Amino acid sequence: MADISTNSAAGPRGPKPKKTFSRGNIFLYGTLIVVSMYYLLPLYVMIVTSLKGMPEIRMGNVFGPPMEITFEPWVKAWSEACTGINCDGLSRGFGNSVRILIPSILLSIAIASINGYALSNWKFKGSETFFTILIIGAFIPYQTMLYPIVIMLREIGLMGSIWGLVLVHTVFGMPILTLLFRNYFTSIPEELFKAARVDGAGFWQIYFQIMLPMALPIFVVAIILQVTGIWNDFLFGVIYTKPATYPMTVQLNNIVNSVQGVKEYNVNMAATLLTGLVPLIIYFASGKLFVRGIAAGAVKG
Amino acid sequence: MTVPSDPPATTAKRPNRLLKNWMAKLASLPMILTALVVFAGGTAWTVTYSFTGSRMLPRTNWVGFDQYERLWNTDRWIISIKNLGIYGVCSMVLTLVIGFTLAACLDRKIRFESAFRSIFLYPFALSFVVTGLVWQWILNPDFGLQSIVRGWGWESFTFNPLNDPNTVIYGLLIAGLWQGTGLIMCIMLAGLRGIDEDIWKAARVDGIGTVKTYVMVIIPMMRPVFITALVLIASSIIKLYDLVVAQTGGGPGLSSEVPAKYVIEYMFRAQNLGQGFAASTMMLCSVVIILIPWAYLEFGGKKRG
Amino acid sequence: MSKTLKSLLVGTALTAASAATAIELEVTHWWTSGGEAAAVAEFADAWNATGNTWVDGAIAGSGSTARPIIISRIIGGDPMAATQLNHGRQAQELIEAGLLLDLTDVAEAGGWADIVNPSSLLDACTLDGKIYCVPVNIHSAQWIWLSHAAYENAGLEIPADWNEFVASAGDLEAAGTLPLAMGQQGWQQNIAFGAITIAVAGLDAWKAVNIDKDADVARGAEYTAAWEAIANARELARASNVQDWNQATNMVITGQAGAQIMGDWAQGEFAVAEQVEGEDYSCLPGLGLNPVLDTGGDAFYFPVNDDPEITGAQKELAALLISPEVQVSFNLAKGSLPVRGDIDMSSANGCMQKGLGILADGGVLPSADIAFSQDSMLQIEDLMAQFWSGDMSAADAQASYAQLIEDAD
Repeated sequence: MADISTNSAAGPRGPKPKKTFSRGNIFLYGTLIVVSMYYLLPLYVMIVTSLKGMPEIRMGNVFGPPMEITFEPWVKAWSEACTGINCDGLSRGFGNSVRILIPSILLSIAIASINGYALSNWKFKGSETFFTILIIGAFIPYQTMLYPIVIMLREIGLMGSIWGLVLVHTVFGMPILTLLFRNYFTSIPEELFKAARVDGAGFWQIYFQIMLPMALPIFVVAIILQVTGIWNDFLFGVIYTKPATYPMTVQLNNIVNSVQGVKEYNVNMAATLLTGLVPLIIYFASGKLFVRGIAAGAVKG
Repeated sequence: MTVPSDPPATTAKRPNRLLKNWMAKLASLPMILTALVVFAGGTAWTVTYSFTGSRMLPRTNWVGFDQYERLWNTDRWIISIKNLGIYGVCSMVLTLVIGFTLAACLDRKIRFESAFRSIFLYPFALSFVVTGLVWQWILNPDFGLQSIVRGWGWESFTFNPLNDPNTVIYGLLIAGLWQGTGLIMCIMLAGLRGIDEDIWKAARVDGIGTVKTYVMVIIPMMRPVFITALVLIASSIIKLYDLVVAQTGGGPGLSSEVPAKYVIEYMFRAQNLGQGFAASTMMLCSVVIILIPWAYLEFGGKKRG
Repeated sequence: MSKTLKSLLVGTALTAASAATAIELEVTHWWTSGGEAAAVAEFADAWNATGNTWVDGAIAGSGSTARPIIISRIIGGDPMAATQLNHGRQAQELIEAGLLLDLTDVAEAGGWADIVNPSSLLDACTLDGKIYCVPVNIHSAQWIWLSHAAYENAGLEIPADWNEFVASAGDLEAAGTLPLAMGQQGWQQNIAFGAITIAVAGLDAWKAVNIDKDADVARGAEYTAAWEAIANARELARASNVQDWNQATNMVITGQAGAQIMGDWAQGEFAVAEQVEGEDYSCLPGLGLNPVLDTGGDAFYFPVNDDPEITGAQKELAALLISPEVQVSFNLAKGSLPVRGDIDMSSANGCMQKGLGILADGGVLPSADIAFSQDSMLQIEDLMAQFWSGDMSAADAQASYAQLIEDAD
């Protein structure tokens, strides 16, 4: 089903390499491996450091493997690191982050997919203008919008609630997601839409029965982008909620930015990895679907 | 993400479009409200208050262009713009080149493609706070790369970009590229996969070399992909803030300051909203000047069929 | 106490079914370093001991991170119950907008006007005769911290003032020690600038520039000498490549650096590292030359809340923060001076005793928070950042500085 519009992403298109050990091939793999080292180095450093004790870190050499593996920093980052007077580490924010993430993803993707659908199949006067404004919105530094949004949230009575935050994530995720969905739905053959119209199907019928089932790959992309963005968000999470509902990144910020005597690099790194775990797992798990989805959403049209 | 040249048929005439589309309009209401109230409204609000002397709270004590005059007389703003210029050009060019090259490598029917792809993409999953911290550390002269190389016996090796005002911006670039190129690589890869295989066959028949085929044939065909990539890269460049705060804090001195940081610090640390708004209006102006003509070409007006 | 009981009883009556639990007050602050967190814990413990609950809203990263959060929450109509802000001019607009709670009745009941010393602290909380904040501590910035380990290692005497320190710098350097630790951030460099100016240019010139905003004095000979001293200090700190202030303090603690110019909050870091004043480190207020201290510090503000129960609790907390026992325990942990002169601080260490002595002698200056708007402060800090990290000449920097003073408000 999902392959209808993504068959073009099925396999590599480049010229076939000649022999396994040709000079070109050695050069190709050599380049990729060297570049991979640049990408992997920080991850390696993070993992190695998070397994070292502070005395070992002070001796220098970021790149050396731990002489004595300790999971102490991980335990500390998860459940003992202090922010202010609360010493329960990242754990207190994890649940909140999940509670913020799920409704934000659902709402933002639902709205953006409907936008994209309307923009590609049901254009109306001015729809492109609204879309252009949205795209320009993608370039505005979020911080300049803080106060206007505070005032808007106050007026609709959502300031300080998780739903206010969900709304903010929906609004700021909208430009890129709408662009994705619009491009995707545009690439779906017009005939499908026309045939449904002839059969008398309406706006929602076509959306749910024809468009939605075909949109899996682009949903994967949207989910990945939103998980990354929302999970890593600090600014909105800390401003539009309150301590009881602070996301994990607030604790991460507090752990990383408050120095208790010496910077505890090992705890910082462990906290960092723990916080990044959710998006990382989603990336590695989604693998091929991501490229396929991007192929469908970003490229066609 | 892209800006497809044109959805040709969708605008096809439907009778009584204005009346019949009411459900589409209703469904688009969230988008319309977001565009008008949040983005357009918020921007208009910002621009309006940039002409006031607002300090901690927004007020309507008009001061004309005073804030702009002060802005352009401030060293820090000029430094910020220059830094963003250097970072922006380097980042744009290198992200496109690296992204495309990696994608082209991965597209050559290689083994372990998905492993390589995951390796290039994973940094995108991490927040800038993390990226800044890790790179700050790797680039730390006392126990990072420099000390390692010296430990190998090359005593005079010096690589300390973050503490040198002249090179700190390239230290940021190393981290920024690390984080951002993966996504662009994926987009390029997707674009390459969309190229018809016959093109390659034809090129081979004509005896055109691989590199030449990429440059002369493939890249021109991938225009929409490049535009998508440009939008993504440009929007992340102009918003560059978190990485700077996490990695260098703008230092040493003011040598890695960027405009978004100027805006935020003058709004919140100096509690001079007017000044911050003036700076963000200038940023917005530059975006609009670049984007409007392009947006008009891409989705405005009548399109080529 | 009867007030507590009463408010508890009222609370019980109102929330009949739900248990008569404590009132939860959310308190926002940016105290997250070792000594700071220990100090906050003193507040929280004292508040929890009254049967209420302290909900901690710590945000690391100081001013630029915490302030937009605090202000957004207040103007968004869903404020925290109490929040830290530096006293001074920061909260004036919030008060004018009617967003902060009037504490005048608490202050009168507690006789704050008589106990707060110096009285300028209370003035900073006062607008139109009403009191809107509780000062909780006094911080001064004019201190130099000297590492005994570094000097012993170099076989040198511990300097007794700034001039001796400068004289010893060459020998320190020869022994492989960085003379002056300096975090590469404008505000830290500005603190060093202020302290050196008081020591070199003298009090009168400092007052003329900082209080009267006299740009001519800032262009004058005293300040020229001060700028040259700072250009010299810049060279002493050239090899210092840390960012955070407490990382710089850590260099002094570990003997990697000879000294650091930093406010008295550095003391908390020495305490956490279990260092003893006089044995492991020394402190010189006013850089050992001019025994004066500015009186900046922290204060708590209480955003207006329409729930009378919370309002009652807010006032109760306000009274608690300035109560004698809490003042002693909090300030001992934080390394700052108490805001009331009538309490026994004999358990304080040598550095704090020096500070208390200066306070008692009236050697106080207004803090930069009060003398300048945040806007002017940031511009000055930007200049400092530019000066300390580059090769700007002392003369150029002096000219730019004088211009900023002329435009300052």
